[in-house]
Amino acid sequence: MSTMPLWLDALISALVLLGAAIALAGSMGLLTLPGFFTRMHPPATIATLACWCILHGAFAFFWWQDGAAPLRLYLIALFLATTVPITSIFLMRAALFRARRAGTAVPTSLSGHTTAEEGAAMPSPHR
Amino acid sequence: MNTTLLAWATPLAMGMLVLAMLLCLVRMLRGPTAQDRVLALDAMYLNAMLLVLVLCMHWGSTDYFEVALLIALLGFLGSTALAKFLLRGEVIE
Repeated sequence: MSTMPLWLDALISALVLLGAAIALAGSMGLLTLPGFFTRMHPPATIATLACWCILHGAFAFFWWQDGAAPLRLYLIALFLATTVPITSIFLMRAALFRARRAGTAVPTSLSGHTTAEEGAAMPSPHR
Repeated sequence: MNTTLLAWATPLAMGMLVLAMLLCLVRMLRGPTAQDRVLALDAMYLNAMLLVLVLCMHWGSTDYFEVALLIALLGFLGSTALAKFLLRGEVIE
């Protein structure tokens, strides 16, 4: 086995450590930020910046190790880029719906049919 | 494989990611509302996926890429189903 050149070693280490640090900071934000709507964005930071840093580090590492570009890694990035916004929108809609039903002061629905009164009148098995 | 810095960097990164998962777990157990718990679970899935990727580099093996992809897939399915449940009270109408 040959030795990895120092610049590549440093680059990959920096990318991996940066990604892990961003993931740690995002999780810390998830724990410390007040309120659900402010807590929405740290996981998005993990899914974009931390994920791209670690994916590019792994890409460079396995390209050097195997001599072929591991294009499968970009499948993960592509999948995350398409699914994380869907999850975020669903969760945000659910949180807004539940906040309106609980009577919290949040912006009203643009379509106007999920007001607090109607939501409270709607049968639902849980709060 | 001879790497000097990376042999230090990957265990450190794994430790940081495990700590991040623990912080998400605290939020999931503490979370005042149900959507907080779902969001924390989603973030935990993301951290676990990154942990598997770093573990791939630590072992120098490409066999676990599919594991990371599967974790991402299951995280998406779980979070979407839970969000749908919070929105409607049932997953499939």
